[in-house]
Amino acid sequence: MAANLGLFSDPSPPPPISGHVPSSRRRPSHDRISFAPDSSHSASSPSALGVPARHGSRAESERLAASQRDLPDEDARLVVVGDAPGTAEAAARLGLGVGPAGNAVRTGKYSVLSFLPRNLFEQFRRVAYVYFLVIAVLNQLPQLAVFGRGASLLPLAFVLFVTALKDAYEDFRRHRSDRLENNRSSLVLGPSPLPRFLPKPWKRIRVGDVVKLLADDPAPADMVLLSTSDPTGVAYVRTTNLDGESNLKSRYAKQETLARTPEDGFAGVIRCERPNRNIYGFHANLELRGGRRVSLGPSNIVLRGCELKNTAWAVGVVVYAGKDTKVMLNSSGAPSKRSRLETRMNRETLFLSVFLLAMCLIVCTLNGIWLVVHQNELELMQFFRKRDYSGGDEKNYNYYGIAMTVFIIFLMAVIVFQIMIPISLYISMELVRLGQAYFMTRDTNLYDESSNLRFQCRALNINEDLGQIKYIFSDKTGTLTENKMEFQCATVGGVDYSGGKAPSPIETGFYSIVVGDQFWRPKMLVKTDPELAKLLRNGGETEEGKCAREFFLALAACNTIVPLILETPDPKQKLIDYQGESPDEQALVYAAAAYGFVLVERTSGYIVIDVLGDRQRFDVLGLHEFDSDRKRMSVIIGCPDKTVKLYVKGADNSMFGVIDKSINLDIIRATETHLHNYSSLGLRTLVVGTRKLSRTEFEEWQSAYEKASTALLGRAGLLRTVATDIERNLHILGATGIEDKLQKGVPEAIESLRQAGIKVWVLTGDKQETAISIGYSCKLLTREMTQIIINSYSREACRKSLEDAMAMCNKLTELSPMAQSSTTAAGSGRIRLALIIDGNSLVYILETDLQEELFGIASKCDVVLCCRVAPLQKAGIVALVKHRTDDMTLAIGDGANDVSMIQMADVGIGISGQEGRQAVMASDFSMGQFRFLVPLLLVHGHWNYQRMGYMILYNFYKNAAFVLVLFWYTFYTAFTLTTAITEWSSLLYSVLYTAFPTIVVGILDKDLSRRTLVRYPRLYGAGQREEKYNLKLFIICLIESVWQSLAIFYVPYFVYRHSTIDGSGLGDIWALAAVIVVNIHLAMDVARWNWMTHAIIWGSILATAICVMVIDSIWFLSGYWAIFHVMGTTLFWACLLCTIVVGIIPHFILKAFIDYFMPSDIQIAREMEKFGHLNQAMRSEIRMRTFSQS
Amino acid sequence: MNSKAGSTFGSDGATDSSAARRNSKKPKYSKFTQQELPACKPLLTPGIVISTFALIGIIFIPIGLASLSASEHVVELVDRYDADCVPQHLRDDKLAFIQNSQTNKTCTRRLIVPKQMSSPIQVYYQLDNFYQNHRRYVKSRSDKQLKSKSSERETKTCEPEGTTGDGLAIVPCGLIAWSLFNDTYSFSANSKSLQVNKKDIAWQSDKKHKFGSDVYPKNFQSGGLIGGASLNASIPLSEQEDLIVWMRTAALPTFRKLYGRIEVDLEANEEITVVIQNNYNTYSFGGKKKLVLSTTSWIGGKNNFLGVAYLTVGGLCLFLAMGFILLYVFKPRTLGDPSYLSWNRNAAGYSN
Repeated sequence: MAANLGLFSDPSPPPPISGHVPSSRRRPSHDRISFAPDSSHSASSPSALGVPARHGSRAESERLAASQRDLPDEDARLVVVGDAPGTAEAAARLGLGVGPAGNAVRTGKYSVLSFLPRNLFEQFRRVAYVYFLVIAVLNQLPQLAVFGRGASLLPLAFVLFVTALKDAYEDFRRHRSDRLENNRSSLVLGPSPLPRFLPKPWKRIRVGDVVKLLADDPAPADMVLLSTSDPTGVAYVRTTNLDGESNLKSRYAKQETLARTPEDGFAGVIRCERPNRNIYGFHANLELRGGRRVSLGPSNIVLRGCELKNTAWAVGVVVYAGKDTKVMLNSSGAPSKRSRLETRMNRETLFLSVFLLAMCLIVCTLNGIWLVVHQNELELMQFFRKRDYSGGDEKNYNYYGIAMTVFIIFLMAVIVFQIMIPISLYISMELVRLGQAYFMTRDTNLYDESSNLRFQCRALNINEDLGQIKYIFSDKTGTLTENKMEFQCATVGGVDYSGGKAPSPIETGFYSIVVGDQFWRPKMLVKTDPELAKLLRNGGETEEGKCAREFFLALAACNTIVPLILETPDPKQKLIDYQGESPDEQALVYAAAAYGFVLVERTSGYIVIDVLGDRQRFDVLGLHEFDSDRKRMSVIIGCPDKTVKLYVKGADNSMFGVIDKSINLDIIRATETHLHNYSSLGLRTLVVGTRKLSRTEFEEWQSAYEKASTALLGRAGLLRTVATDIERNLHILGATGIEDKLQKGVPEAIESLRQAGIKVWVLTGDKQETAISIGYSCKLLTREMTQIIINSYSREACRKSLEDAMAMCNKLTELSPMAQSSTTAAGSGRIRLALIIDGNSLVYILETDLQEELFGIASKCDVVLCCRVAPLQKAGIVALVKHRTDDMTLAIGDGANDVSMIQMADVGIGISGQEGRQAVMASDFSMGQFRFLVPLLLVHGHWNYQRMGYMILYNFYKNAAFVLVLFWYTFYTAFTLTTAITEWSSLLYSVLYTAFPTIVVGILDKDLSRRTLVRYPRLYGAGQREEKYNLKLFIICLIESVWQSLAIFYVPYFVYRHSTIDGSGLGDIWALAAVIVVNIHLAMDVARWNWMTHAIIWGSILATAICVMVIDSIWFLSGYWAIFHVMGTTLFWACLLCTIVVGIIPHFILKAFIDYFMPSDIQIAREMEKFGHLNQAMRSEIRMRTFSQS
Repeated sequence: MNSKAGSTFGSDGATDSSAARRNSKKPKYSKFTQQELPACKPLLTPGIVISTFALIGIIFIPIGLASLSASEHVVELVDRYDADCVPQHLRDDKLAFIQNSQTNKTCTRRLIVPKQMSSPIQVYYQLDNFYQNHRRYVKSRSDKQLKSKSSERETKTCEPEGTTGDGLAIVPCGLIAWSLFNDTYSFSANSKSLQVNKKDIAWQSDKKHKFGSDVYPKNFQSGGLIGGASLNASIPLSEQEDLIVWMRTAALPTFRKLYGRIEVDLEANEEITVVIQNNYNTYSFGGKKKLVLSTTSWIGGKNNFLGVAYLTVGGLCLFLAMGFILLYVFKPRTLGDPSYLSWNRNAAGYSN
């Protein structure tokens, strides 16, 4: 491919450009300095952009890059091209301390040696663990040794061990993937005597090495391009691994380095920024051997992980390696959030602490009283004996006065009653969440067939929040819609062609073009309108025909799409895949191809279009890219017939301003009408215009263009002026209607969510009409809704419209007496309100006192639609709701523009769609489709919430019951905290005897089936109303634990009161009874018994019995053989049965009563699951009977 | 055609950098992963509730009756002697009486057998207010020392009764052993002495595994303060059954310990004479001492509690069963009727 620049030669390589990328990436060959003011300008107002706001963050990073354009030595890194040791030396010379990193990556946190200290350190950052550590340490003091020294450390050690094991496994996997990564190999230029590219593993690549990439190779490190197989120095890369965007991006090698070959050596020094995490910014300059300096920008760098595509080879020099690469610097984990339930739990934990403190105080006070009463008897009392004679002279033994004894008793009480605050709960919760996450990721209902993506849990600690969501903030493009644009209809020359329902009958003739002996055809088929197709083929020289041809030529030419030729299994067939950054453009080019205008090739200077079977070459003489002020883009094309034409396409309001209204007024009118129809159908519209340029006009433009593009200051502004000057007096060709297809199941999902009492707010960057029409198509808005539209351009106007809206709201709510709370009355005959507000108004409202009023209105409305909002405004709206209510918020989005709102919301969900992975990276959960919200929230969220809520309460209850049994016993030991239950049993109680059933039930129990939950979305309300975890339930739990502990303690007490039973025997009875009672309590609350539940609940009772027996088989423990002696009597079994029944009956009564007489919705639904079909049958029978009687 | 386009656009979107997994990531279907394991879904329907209560009642009442009758059949004879066994003139200062080794501590008690008692008759002593489970007390022993001769010096845990004033190890050491109960009883009926069998009063397991057969008492009760009985230094610990019984510390401050067995039947109204050596000092803290003669049954000693508890619970359950029947009759509700769902109730003008 020779660099034929066409008719009029252009010194700089005409860039293959996309519509929406800010200008600074465009022109690699110019100094960046001139860019700074403009790029920062474009970044400062991303809110006003009509551009999909995902570029906002990019613009921001550009600004960052620009602001760093001066590179003082202390901030710079020197890279000697082709000389890695030299680079290291240079670093040393500059006094940078640490030289550039090697290319080996390490994502593993620990090494074999550092694992123990680091992991322990990280684990002990949890306050709860410190509490248990303090208690274990207290227990080591001889005066306080309640439990054996080893025994007291056991529960903590167990918890630490399990967590460490989990961490170690995760780290092992990271190490493994690191090893894999580090051992991949790339071609690296060998040492100078024999400059040849030799394979070298990635880990040995160093900064300064020259690396050659072949097609489809991933880049091993961040490298500056030196030359490529393309003569103009273009290389295409795919950045999927970096940001998930699957389209090709172009990168350039500098003209100055292009011509050099490895043999010449690439001598030069690159002076670049220190490593930073800005993927869209890079600032450096290259000093060539001759002393010439060339500046380098983000378009000259290929980042680690990017794959080279569509380019035979590319050579570059490594500037950042290993952990300094941008991808590594960006691989931070998900943000950590705390679940609502866990926050609520703190309140109860605090309460339990107070309870614990009270118990300890009671014990130590009573002990003090006992000591005072028996003060004079202590000396001789056989079981106390204050005096110690063994040392020869008399002294007090282990007695430090009453006050000190009382204090020691207090500390001992804390140790004995420590499990009042359940240590195992923390680990149980983690394990349960892990299990829940496993089931969520494995759920086939959350698997997206089209993108082959599973559900992903990125944050492991907020699973249960999914069951309590009240507000959903959704992005539109890519979230509600597929962001897969489909060309639907066009109006050409004032005639509407929207009948394209049937695929073209002349498919073969039009869809493929002949290249040699091969057939090439576009990859995506587009339905064509037969009329229009006919007109194109046969219209010939008629005015309409010409207009139509121009129109499609404009569509094929006026874009930045790169065609890629793909192989198919059939050697004769090839597919043309259009790659580009704007999905709208892709749709238009596919449409043009379907009508016979197939874009075949794009190089830097020209494009080849197959016009109805006739291959033609068009020179691209200039291109004015899309910007937010003009809202249009244009190309200047040199046609084969030596004419120069300007093609412009853009948003309707901007285009009608530059169209020459003096001619074809009727066509303009007709087009306007059609456009209105299109946009009310929810289509995205673009207007296309053209103008023939005269020679003088062209030359004028060209000189202005050149001047502007070489200007040092304000280049973007100059270019914009040049564009505005040329884009005028256009001749209208037509307009297109592109459908932004709704994702599958979106209307149904929204309906379900609304029934579930969740308010769905849509926040979009689209314009109002589009947003409203999408609102209608996804059933968010309905015809009977009253719309309140706020659309103001000043603060005062905003205030006024808000006040009006408020008044209207109040009037409407008064009108409908049925209106109670918005959740319960959603289905009733209330007039429903929809608030539609745009970004401009939000500018005035957010961050002022008007917020309050907006919230007031918004909370009265059923639907809120915000259009034209900037990314930060999205976060602002989420914050508006989050800070004013206690309700849980969820944000869902797919693009970089949604990141801020995803992070702001209580739960952030990323859709892994077309707009890259930034949203996913910032999210807590990621999935493929919007409609998965329904199973995610209504099913998994509900389950997770009720499981977790129950589990926490149950853990509080079971530990309290046990601690209370210990507490009652202190009244019979002169308040000295002797425990009849062996120390091992009391330590194992919460980690072994009772922990596993809660975990399994917490993972597996389902109160309702998936079908019921989906069918009755309102069951979701249980989570929103916090029905499964609240103070009332907590108090009931505590009351139950008090009752059960009394039963467990006193039934055996009265049975064995006057017997010869020893302490250990009675202790064993208590331990067994406690474990059985709490497990039966759990068993009564389990909704669904599968074999695992059976196994774990009965199994843990059995395991407890075995453990007790094993402990009682150890000869040096005081309880040796006690359990066997006790178990040998009938009395034991009679006593155990009685204890259990007495303990359990109140819970059973309560449950039977509440389930029947005060049933919750969940209870009714469970009954419906079991008897529903029966009832329906019965009822229809009854109805029929009444019918026949009447 | 969309799916075709979709597959090219999305599929590489999420490939992990680690491995190129091109194949479908669709989770494999299994009943387990989809949480659809076959399961039973119990509900507390009126039928189940009523029959549960009825069942508990039906099972508990017979058990209660059986326990009560078993308890009724046990004949128990309790005699508190600590106060009466102090001579009249010394009752003001019981402590002086018990501490004085010179006084005669013999005390004769006459007991009337209320009902016929068939052998074996268990002889217990019962101490009240004696905290054998006091923390200081239960810890003060050395199981290692009791078990083997070689661990004789393991007296660290026995404070304050670990060593003599000269630093010699006490065997058995510790407060528990030191405070060994030392009242003795001898029985006679109709001026014929009744033999008390003191063999096998301790657990076999303790004798075999906890108390060594080669461990002999040493320096026991040799200190300035004598806590209780002394031991015959020529009998190994494993044969000192009184000690073994005593060292199995009681669970509660009121406890009985087996003293021996009388292996003849006693007739009703028979008068038994007990000669007690009232040595043990419970006067220092106001503890009571009782002598208990009791026959046994499956329920242990005389204890009405269990029977009463069973009858109460059983009766309560029957009552509850009735109560629930009435409730279900007077406030019936169709199970699984959607009209009871909160939103349906609200729509019907119900407000809760």
